[in-house]
Amino acid sequence: MEYTTVIGLEVHAELNTATKIYCGCKNAFGSEVNSNCCPICTGLPGTLPTLNEKVVDYAIKMGHALNCTIHNVCKQDRKNYFYPDLPKGYQISQFDIPLCENGFVEVMLDDEGTTKKIGVTRIHIEEDAGKLIHDDSFSGSLVDLNRCGVPLIEIVSEPDMRSSAEAKAYLDTIKAILGTIGISDCKMQEGSIRCDINVSVMPKGSDTFGTRCEMKNVNTFSGAVRAIEYEAKRQIEILEAGGEIHQETRRWDDMKGESFLLRSKEDAQDYRYFPEPDLLTIMVDPAHVEELKASLPELPNAKLKRYMKDFGLPRFDANLLVENPEKAELFEAAAALKSCQPKNISNWLNGDVSRLLNEKNINLSDTKLTAQNLARMIQLIESGEISNAAGKTVIEEILFTDKSADEVVKEKGLAQISDTSALEAIVKSVLEANGKAVEDYKKGKTNVVGFLVGQCMRASKGQGNPGIFKDLIVKAIETI
Amino acid sequence: MELYTKSAAELSRMLRDKSCSATEIAQSVFSRIDAVEDKVKAYITLTRDSAMDQAKAVDELLAKGESLSPLAGIPVAVKDNICTKDILTTCASKMLYNFVPPYNATVMEKLLAAHTVMPGKLNMDEFAMGSSCENSRFFKTHNPHNLNYVPGGSSGGSSAAVASGMATLALGSDTGGSIREPAAYCGIVGLKPTYGSVSRYGLVAFASSLDQIGPMGRTVEDVAMLYNVLCGHDKMDATSAYREYPDFTANLGEGVKGLTIGVPAEYYGEGVDEEVKTAVHAAIKELEAAGATVKEISLPSTQYALSAYYIIASAEASSNLARFDGVKYGYRAENYNGLIDMYERTRSEGFGDEVKRRIMLGTFVLSSGYYDAYYKRAKLLQMRIAQEFAEAFQSCDLLITPTAPSTAFKIGENVDDPLKMYAADICTINVNIAGLPGLNIPCGKGANGLPIGMQLIGPKFSEATLLKTGACYEKIVGGFGPIPEIRA
Repeated sequence: MEYTTVIGLEVHAELNTATKIYCGCKNAFGSEVNSNCCPICTGLPGTLPTLNEKVVDYAIKMGHALNCTIHNVCKQDRKNYFYPDLPKGYQISQFDIPLCENGFVEVMLDDEGTTKKIGVTRIHIEEDAGKLIHDDSFSGSLVDLNRCGVPLIEIVSEPDMRSSAEAKAYLDTIKAILGTIGISDCKMQEGSIRCDINVSVMPKGSDTFGTRCEMKNVNTFSGAVRAIEYEAKRQIEILEAGGEIHQETRRWDDMKGESFLLRSKEDAQDYRYFPEPDLLTIMVDPAHVEELKASLPELPNAKLKRYMKDFGLPRFDANLLVENPEKAELFEAAAALKSCQPKNISNWLNGDVSRLLNEKNINLSDTKLTAQNLARMIQLIESGEISNAAGKTVIEEILFTDKSADEVVKEKGLAQISDTSALEAIVKSVLEANGKAVEDYKKGKTNVVGFLVGQCMRASKGQGNPGIFKDLIVKAIETI
Repeated sequence: MELYTKSAAELSRMLRDKSCSATEIAQSVFSRIDAVEDKVKAYITLTRDSAMDQAKAVDELLAKGESLSPLAGIPVAVKDNICTKDILTTCASKMLYNFVPPYNATVMEKLLAAHTVMPGKLNMDEFAMGSSCENSRFFKTHNPHNLNYVPGGSSGGSSAAVASGMATLALGSDTGGSIREPAAYCGIVGLKPTYGSVSRYGLVAFASSLDQIGPMGRTVEDVAMLYNVLCGHDKMDATSAYREYPDFTANLGEGVKGLTIGVPAEYYGEGVDEEVKTAVHAAIKELEAAGATVKEISLPSTQYALSAYYIIASAEASSNLARFDGVKYGYRAENYNGLIDMYERTRSEGFGDEVKRRIMLGTFVLSSGYYDAYYKRAKLLQMRIAQEFAEAFQSCDLLITPTAPSTAFKIGENVDDPLKMYAADICTINVNIAGLPGLNIPCGKGANGLPIGMQLIGPKFSEATLLKTGACYEKIVGGFGPIPEIRA
């Protein structure tokens, strides 16, 4: 039998407010263990939370971006459970009245522009927990409370996705929106976006959902794709063997590529939610809710359409830029200089620049690349002053040093040789050294010219213009 | 007259006219502690050295001619559930037997800024759960009027210390009567302020929506002086009210002319001893004679308050006390096998029976399937009780009721009967449920020679009215009597 997979996602995104949600501690990643904490976020007896209003603003912005109804009057609740990374024994979250509810987002499913509307059930604010540290160098576990009280929003989707690809597209869109409106660093490697995945399967054509299982601990989008595919396959195998699916919570182990039973429905935790008595009802002035809506920047879908229309970018290229707000911003700044072709800027950002960032596992904001330098480098290539190959050298320098593109070209001697007599001399020596190729060309195997151009480029150490070399080679052979 | 017997107001005047020094006051209080603490057992921790240093600092500042707060140099002891930086804060629990907070409660910062002198930290029922101070995990405190009797609770250390002259003033906390009931049992003045008027930051939470810190002293004026220091908005406490407060000592002499006193029949029913009713009625007569109008009223939902209270307070407590898990501070079981076992053993051994009883009750009422039947209904009842009070205050300026249904009971008398113990709070809990201010004023003695107290209840933020009414009665009866001789 053929099956349809049904997927719902809960995305937890850490917000990039300067301070934590309920105290004045710095909200920062990577600090020394247990250094960004105080009596409040470590839950010492007698301490009380006070709400960071920025967190509410950020969540409302996301609510607007996802077309939600904003509950400007809502409350916070305690979710009670014991765990060593939760110093109060409860997490302050929102239970029955979330800040934002009933929204949707359009996601792009392919390069042809097919879109799908995914429902957003709710967005609520809550505090993050600490982190347990296990290591072979000591027995037992240690706990780092720096992350306690880092503000989170939880974005819960409707079970509207039908494949891992749709789920991936949804996650990419959510991430692009978070980044574009500037409320999250979206650093996957630092765990600033995490998700729980609900998966069920049903016979193709059916409209009755199967029993769902929830997978926790999914920390990358590629992991989410693997987890969904694994889980759908697991459930289908059970059904095919005549078994039935039991509602349960599973833990995804991305290293092993498998999920493991965490607890069955019977063992489901009772969180004993009740209204947080230490905090007042959240009341946001409706005028402020509207102000926040008006303050939203252009959202990724609108930006994508504009890039295609105004800059003539293919959808695929435009999407790569839009998904990464830092890249999009640099792209627009470089294009605004109008000194080079937007398509070339996009190619460099999505090509070599992205490759270098991935290799080093860093973000564009961690580099020294400026719009001026990038545009200047591309301008040098477009005008033939340096070769495309030389550009690859320049880009690395302008990414990681304070040098300008012109300084790099000068220092490394990358300017193309435009003196034809110098180039003719190189062609002459290359043709002399490659008599066989010259003979082949004369016999009609004209494609050897590519090989000969390559030899000339090599001899010129990349500084010759390959177009000019080609012309000179053809002319030289024909006059021999 | 020994300095320890004097009121804060009197000592404050003496310090200013240089007829005594802060050091002499502290010495007098500590000599009283040396004489009677063995019998009364009010203090968990004595901070003699730092107290003497504080007193010396006050003397130096006064010598330099600095103008200090009226409470400068006055000994104010503190209940052991209020966090004191670098000073043991145990909540009278094995769970926190070694807990030294790295920070001060907001009220402690205020006491320090006012240059008060802190003799030490006071005994209480464990985590403020109890009405007799018998639930302390360390030792029982005795009533200074008769050592065989309880001092009340949970602020029993506070009431006993003030009543016996081992502190001029004390801080208590009140979730269901924990300031007013021990004040009544020990014959002193105790104010449970309006919810939100005193910062809870640094008070180890029992039931967050009901807890308030408040002042306890031997005269109304002393209590007003301390309340002046305690009240005020605190940005560290989101539930703290944003408003300005008057000088509560300013209108203490105004009298009660023109005030209407409501007498709610439900507070004088079955279960309240005749001698208590008689004493409170007599006190109301005195106030009537002094110019107040007295009016019979009815608060029909009163009988449900105890149930609502034990649901709401226990629910919040079950969550508030979850942080005591043996992971980060305080007690941890010595032997355990894995995380869950560590939690279970630590909490089984660290908490006493009454605390465990309330955690279980609270956990139950919040559980899936029971929440609507218990917690939600209790919250609805809370609204109704508050509404009834609000209606009563349409025609009354304040209400007067007994503070407790009887005088203090004997140590050990009620320990095996939690329901009987809970009944001691029957007159006080409604005030917490409705977030109102309540003031205990001593009004005579029972046949056993132990004090009787009446409770003055007002609308939110009506402390000035309650205090001036209390002061008027105090003047009529010529004060609340001398510090008792300590004996069994």
